Amino acid sequence: MTKTENNRAWFLVLPVLILVAMNAIIPLMTVVNYSVQETFGDNLFFWSGTSNYVAVLTSERFIHALLRQFAFTGIILLIEIPLGVAIALAMPRSGVWSSVCLVLMALPLLIPWNVVGAMWNIFALPDIGLLGWGLNSLGFNYNYTNQPVSAWFTIVLMDVWHWTSLVVLLAFAGLRSIDEAYYRAAKIDGASRWAVFRYIQLPKMRQVLIIAVLLRFIDSFMIYTEPFVLTGGGPGNATTLLSIDLVKAALGEFNLGIAAAMSIIYFLMTLLVCWLFYTLMTQRDARENAS
Amino acid sequence: MTDTPMTNAIPAEAAAARATAQRRRLRLRWLVPTLYIIFLMLPIYWLINMSFKTTNEILAGFSPYPQRFTIDSYVEILTNPVWYWGYINSIIYVVINTIISVTVALPAAYAFSRYRFLGDKHLFFWLLTNRMAPPAVFALPFLQLYSSIGLFDTYWAVALAHCLFNIPLAVWILEGFMSGVPKEIDETAYIDGYSFPRFFVKIFMPLIASGIGVTAFFCFMFSWVEMLLAKTLTSVDAKPIAAVMTRTASTSGYELGLLAAAGVLTIIPGAIVIYFVRNYIAKGFALGRV
Repeated sequence: MTKTENNRAWFLVLPVLILVAMNAIIPLMTVVNYSVQETFGDNLFFWSGTSNYVAVLTSERFIHALLRQFAFTGIILLIEIPLGVAIALAMPRSGVWSSVCLVLMALPLLIPWNVVGAMWNIFALPDIGLLGWGLNSLGFNYNYTNQPVSAWFTIVLMDVWHWTSLVVLLAFAGLRSIDEAYYRAAKIDGASRWAVFRYIQLPKMRQVLIIAVLLRFIDSFMIYTEPFVLTGGGPGNATTLLSIDLVKAALGEFNLGIAAAMSIIYFLMTLLVCWLFYTLMTQRDARENAS
Repeated sequence: MTDTPMTNAIPAEAAAARATAQRRRLRLRWLVPTLYIIFLMLPIYWLINMSFKTTNEILAGFSPYPQRFTIDSYVEILTNPVWYWGYINSIIYVVINTIISVTVALPAAYAFSRYRFLGDKHLFFWLLTNRMAPPAVFALPFLQLYSSIGLFDTYWAVALAHCLFNIPLAVWILEGFMSGVPKEIDETAYIDGYSFPRFFVKIFMPLIASGIGVTAFFCFMFSWVEMLLAKTLTSVDAKPIAAVMTRTASTSGYELGLLAAAGVLTIIPGAIVIYFVRNYIAKGFALGRV
């Protein structure tokens, strides 16, 4: 669509700008402020330059939390994206069953995050939870409160349970926008199932899949409540992801300078990834509009 | 009818074989979503199962369904003001947030979808980065900000704080829906002598009504599920259900039945709103961009 040049459009954006700026800029400035100071309690602050940043970036604790975060995000993306696409492909495209599927699948997305954590906490209890009891009676030695492997298995499974539906819904929306004529043409040409997927369905889903990867990346990168309620970051530090570590430092240990520097580094990383995806998306939009 | 010459061209046997293969695949295809839905329902079933058990039965050991069925946990929640006020508080700030977010996002999304203006792309990206900001980063500064303006422990604090990620999301979704409306409609209306506000309310908003519904749904959803900020910004008067649940989990020992019942009740509002937008939900998740 061609847009008209009109700077008065700023007035339409102004309310949004004011509300979001109040919530974004003031707290962000506070964080920046803390990150370059040292505090010894009693509201005494001293300028300390970049020492907090250096301390964070060289601390083993932060590096390990970061590595765990990348591992977690990588694993869940590798599982959720293909699984979501596969389920969307197998779903009924229209009719009552399609609606039933959509409503049931969207249900996990609407459960408060702390309830998701509590639910999985109960579900995975080794003695009285269905999952824990089931795995143990199948002969696995499973206990998420004291085994890192079990804990990781549980938080990954929980995230798959919680968010795969988002990918399904996005992929499904992409699939439904494909005109029936494409399929008929493919059938006449005798195209294989794989060819239909590769040359018709995948290109049509590309746009929504970029959104899916972006949202899943970002949301898994800032995940806090669910693993916190489920494992509390334990056993030990095995499932202490970035956000959990951050809240521990800020509210638990009241180590403001360090926590703030961590926040800024963390925020810049999300920003970078966000920008990459955004460029990818808008470039694609521009190309489609041009052609 | 148009397909008939094509099927005749293929040897009959091969065509029959392919048709059977395809039918078999179709017959097995429903299995994938069904298994997935069963997987989704298992933890929910377990929560419901627990909520109808007595504490003694829960701690006694594994049982796939309640042996002594009881609704005591639900009675406790629905008669104890501490509990049911948790739900009411949550719903109040969620509704306030949804109304604010949609109201301010409507004109902004219109501006982004129709006009080019100074810094529009940067502004849009900046808005999106706020959707991406980890709430953990903002928890402490928010606490200080809202305490200093005297809004701590009110519905407004949570409702305004949730605007941080809900407004960008609302703008993003609405912009997608608005871009699907041809621009000629606006131009015709202006030629017909409509003023902008009248055109917007009388003509444009009905056209994107489903988009507005979906946006409201998403604002409701993300405000309803977010608990870190809601918990940080409240203490007594506006305490959300999440905070009540955590307190129960820690102070009154191991009351899993009560906790499970409270959890089940938090699923219900979501299930109700999801039912209303079921036909638009897929498009909404694609941010109106399909």
